[in-house]
Amino acid sequence: MITFKLAFRNLVGAGLRTWLNVFVLSLSYVVIIYMNGMLDGWNVQAKSDMMNWDTGQGQLWQKNYDPSDPFTLQDSFDPIPADFNTMIGEGKIAPVLVTMASFYPEGRIQSILLKGIPENQKVIELPTASMTADSSSIPGLVGKRMAEANKIKKGDVITIRWRDRNGTFDAADVLITAIFETNVPTVDGGQIWIPLSRLQKMMQLPGEATLFIRGKSDWPSFGKDQWIVKDLKSLTADIDQVIKAKSVSTSILYLILLLLAMLAIFDTQVLSIFRRQREIGTQIALGMTRGQVVRLFTLEGAMNGVLAALLAAVYGIPFLASQAKYGIPMPKASNSMGMAIAEKIFPVYSVGLVVVTICFVMLTALVVSYIPARRIAKMNPTEAIKGKIQ
Amino acid sequence: MESNKTVITIRNLVKTFPMGNREFTALNGINLSFAKGEFSGLVGPSGSGKTTLLNIIGTLDSPTEGEAIVLGDSVGELSQKKAANLRNMKIGFVFQTFNLLPVYSTFENVEFPLLLQKMSAANRKKSVMDALDWVGLTDKAKSRPAQMSGGECQRVAIARAIVKKPEIVLADEPTANLDAENSHNILKTMEKLNQSLGTTFLFATHDEKVIGYLKRIIKLVDGKVASDEIFAKK
Ligand SMILES: Nc1ncnc2c1ncn2[C@@H]1O[C@H](COP(=O)(O)OP(=O)(O)OP(=O)(O)O)[C@@H](O)[C@H]1O
Ligand SMILES: [Mg+2]
Repeated sequence: MITFKLAFRNLVGAGLRTWLNVFVLSLSYVVIIYMNGMLDGWNVQAKSDMMNWDTGQGQLWQKNYDPSDPFTLQDSFDPIPADFNTMIGEGKIAPVLVTMASFYPEGRIQSILLKGIPENQKVIELPTASMTADSSSIPGLVGKRMAEANKIKKGDVITIRWRDRNGTFDAADVLITAIFETNVPTVDGGQIWIPLSRLQKMMQLPGEATLFIRGKSDWPSFGKDQWIVKDLKSLTADIDQVIKAKSVSTSILYLILLLLAMLAIFDTQVLSIFRRQREIGTQIALGMTRGQVVRLFTLEGAMNGVLAALLAAVYGIPFLASQAKYGIPMPKASNSMGMAIAEKIFPVYSVGLVVVTICFVMLTALVVSYIPARRIAKMNPTEAIKGKIQ
Repeated sequence: MESNKTVITIRNLVKTFPMGNREFTALNGINLSFAKGEFSGLVGPSGSGKTTLLNIIGTLDSPTEGEAIVLGDSVGELSQKKAANLRNMKIGFVFQTFNLLPVYSTFENVEFPLLLQKMSAANRKKSVMDALDWVGLTDKAKSRPAQMSGGECQRVAIARAIVKKPEIVLADEPTANLDAENSHNILKTMEKLNQSLGTTFLFATHDEKVIGYLKRIIKLVDGKVASDEIFAKK
């Protein structure tokens, strides 16, 4: 307790030097929490975007369907189970039929995915209701990314070519009735959405689908031999992976920051132990044991961590809170990161994150203070009093 | 002082320091004893061992041979903790260079030994103010050492040494950094403390002004006691 009081007096007495260290250290608290909060926020947001646009509350895949291998598509469909029809009619389940196709933007040939989905579906945010056209052309939707990459505008007519279930080539025009904007690349890049009924007809696959997306309600009964349930966890596993990789690279950044802060404390402590040797000798002459002096200096260094936490709270809480409220604008370039990035990320700070960060920084401050303080125990007090130790 | 109680006994004390691969003998066979309430001083040329002897009596260093018994404890045999406690409770130090703690105010400097004793805040405050009163510095309680003159700093150091009412005060060249007026000032203060509290004072000094106040003068030459004279005069 008295050591605590003395350590506090020493720190406050040291003035500017203390505040510089404390400031640098407080930055590491804020940056660590900010960066992790951003990653967590990104994770939460990416998952919810993905749910809203792609996965719904869960999917059911035809057993051969493998999105990473387009060649599986020619065997990845089966008749829609009879029990699904009511809910499909109500828009609570969206059957999707997927096939490969090609189209010819500016004279090039490009492979795309053609996806059929009912106009009335309510499980994902895709504006399927705007797929309306007279019967002469097929209405279609593309995402902004797809549109920008291929200079597609609303109202354009695109000729597409595909092979039906028998392997026969056919071609038709698709009228782009809407361009939608989403953060979720898996429903945007390299694909065109058209009404399910049209695609079924084009493929000669009436009543068949590749996968189903559901909303909140559970799956009706289906044939376990043809269909495999994909829960949200497995559907969003990629996001966890990407976030994990990102957090490794940010960790390196904030480790460097922390290292700098610790170096500052270490340096101050080493210096002060030599500069303050007369003080140390005097304290021993006045009746402190070496152990007490070592503890005093360790605590003094470690209290940098406490003061830094307080300072970090003073400017960090308003800063972090405003970031959480107004969001962090993300650069456009991050679109190419291959996963959902919103224009703004709203960081999420968990109690665990804050507690772990504080403990981590304090512990490091304690260690870097203790190491130089140990030297005090080896000092000869009669020399120290004279200030003679080099 | 009438009391004849012995507070310091030194027997056949030898202190050597390693010097390269040889040994340097700083104190060589010292025999001395001090009674409670003495106001005495070690004099002698530079390097004669005054500071070394004072440090051993102050339990900051230990004898190589022989013994130094301070307030009933043999210095070389005290544990670190017991020695620290003895210094904290019963021995006051005054140094040539004042050695105040720079970031503390006058009050906090004087309070320091009492904090270590875990004295209550109210008692601390009273004791500190009494000690500052003794040295005439009650109005500087809030000043930092850097804001005060050398004489004032040394008075703070004296207040810090006597605030705990120690049995022994060890003062190593306390006037070396002070002018004549300040020197007399602090010497009078110490004399007054010696007479009213019965505190034993032991100086190490070259200073004629200090020597003038001493009632017993021990001359060290080359680590040995060359003379030991008691002056009955005031
Ligand atoms: N730690 C040490 N290591 C080696 N030699 C030392 C050490 N401390 C003191 N000495 C030597 O012991 C001798 C006595 O030193 P001491 O400081 O006691 O002298 P002093 O009488 O106080 O001198 P001064 O009047 O100059 O203060 C000196 O020659 C000094 O160099
Ligand atoms: Mg000396």
